[in-house]
Amino acid sequence: MVEGEIKLLGTWPSPFAIRVKMVLEQKGLSYEYLEDDLLNKSELLLKHNPIYKKVPVLIHGDRAICESLVILQYIDENWSKTGLPVLPVDPYERAIARFWAIYVDDKLVTSFIGILKATTEEAKAEKIADTHAALELLEGAFKKCSAGKDFFGGDSIGYIDVTLGSCLAWIKAAERISGAQLLDETKVPLLMEWVNLFLATDCAKRTLPDVERVEKYGRYLQVTRWNVVPAK
Amino acid sequence: MAGSGTSDVKLLGAWASPYVVRARIALNLKEVQYEFLEEQFGTKSELLLKSNPIYKKIPVLIHDEKPVCESMIIVQYIDDVWINSGPALMPADAYDRALQRFWTVYVDDKFVPSLFGIMRSPTEEAKAEAKEQALASLQLLEEAFGKISKGKPFFGGDTIGYLDIALGSFLGWMKAFEEMNGFKLLDDTKTPLLCAWADNFCNNEVVGAVIPETAKLVELAKVMQARYKSAPPAN
Repeated sequence: MVEGEIKLLGTWPSPFAIRVKMVLEQKGLSYEYLEDDLLNKSELLLKHNPIYKKVPVLIHGDRAICESLVILQYIDENWSKTGLPVLPVDPYERAIARFWAIYVDDKLVTSFIGILKATTEEAKAEKIADTHAALELLEGAFKKCSAGKDFFGGDSIGYIDVTLGSCLAWIKAAERISGAQLLDETKVPLLMEWVNLFLATDCAKRTLPDVERVEKYGRYLQVTRWNVVPAK
Repeated sequence: MAGSGTSDVKLLGAWASPYVVRARIALNLKEVQYEFLEEQFGTKSELLLKSNPIYKKIPVLIHDEKPVCESMIIVQYIDDVWINSGPALMPADAYDRALQRFWTVYVDDKFVPSLFGIMRSPTEEAKAEAKEQALASLQLLEEAFGKISKGKPFFGGDTIGYLDIALGSFLGWMKAFEEMNGFKLLDDTKTPLLCAWADNFCNNEVVGAVIPETAKLVELAKVMQARYKSAPPAN
C-alpha cells in the first residue's frame, strides 16, 4: 500500500465523481475534494488528465488516476486491507460486477441523459423506454447479485451499488423534468427496495447532491446547451 | 493441477474478431485447455443468444456452464482464475494496474473506432480523417509504452500482459489496412517503440497461433466493404 495525500478533482453533479466519493467514504479514507469548473477547467485537471480533460481525477501522492471505474478499482486494490472490499472476492462474481458497471455507464446513463436531451416527443419516449428496459435488466441483476441481501454487494455496498447509486440524483431529477416515472415499483420492485435502502446509508447521504439542485441544473443545461424547449 | 477436461471451458468466437483473439491469447498464455466454438459470419447461434442475451456478441467464455462476457472482463477473469498457471497478466502494483486499465479503455474508446473508421468511411475525406485520428492515438500509445514498459519488451514488462493483449489483438487488422490502403500505421520513425513491440508480440508462439493472417483479413475486409456500399442507407 502506498501512502500519500489523496485529492479528488470532481464536479458536484457528476455521477462519475460521486461514485469515487462513495468508495472513499466506504473505505474511511480522508481526502481533499476540489470542485472543478468544466467551462473553465483548472490547471490541475488539464495537467493530470490531458487526454480526456474530464473529471473525476484521483491524485494520490504523485500519481494521477483517471476514468471512474479505473479509479474505483485502484482504491479497492491499493487499500485492500482498509475497510471492506468494493469488488467481490470470487473471480466469477467480480466478472459479473464489472459487466454490470459497464452496462450502467453504456446503457443506463446514456438513456436517462438522452431523455433530457431529447428535442422531440418521439425521441423522449424512445429514451424513456430504453431507461425502463435498462432498469428491468438491472432488477434481474440485483436479484442474482444480492442473493437476498440488501445490496448488489451483499451485506455491504459494493461496486455495482456505487456505480448505479451515484446516478440516483440524476434519475430522480429526470423523472421530475420529464414527468415520466422511471423507477416504478410495479416494474422493478426489488430495485426500488434497494434504492430506498441505499439512499438511507451514510455513504449516500454524504455524497449525493439534492435532487432539487440537480433538477435545476438539468433544466439549465436543457435550455443553454441542449436546445430543448422547456415543457409547459 | 487446476482444471480438468476440455468441456470445462468453451469460448464462443470467430476467427477474424480481434476481441475473440484477446480471449484466446489469454487462455493460451495460461495454458488453459478449451473448446473453441466458431460462430458463422452473419448469424448468431442459440448458445450465443442464451449466454450473452444483453449484447449478443462474441467473445463469450463459458466456464463450468457459467458465461463471462466482454473481452477484457474475460481476460481479467482468466488471470484471476488460473492464477498459478503461466505469467500474471496484470502487474502486482495497484497504480501499474490502473495504467493498464486506463490505456485499455483508451484503446477501445479512441483507437479502435478510428481504426475501423478507415474501412467504414464512405468518402476519401472521412477515411483520411479516420487515419489521422488512428495515427494520433498510436502516437499517444507510443509515449505510454515508453513510460509503462520501463525498457522491457512489453507493456506488461518481460511478459505479455493485459494491455499488450488489448492492443496487440488488433495488429492483424492493422496490417490488413496498411496493405489495402498503401500507408503505414506503425512507422519506424514515428512509433519505433511500438514497431519493436509489435514484432515481439507477433513473434510470440502463443500469439502467432491465433492472430489471423493478413491475406485472409484483406479478403474479408473487401467482402465487408462491399456490404457497406450495397446496404440501404440507415434511417
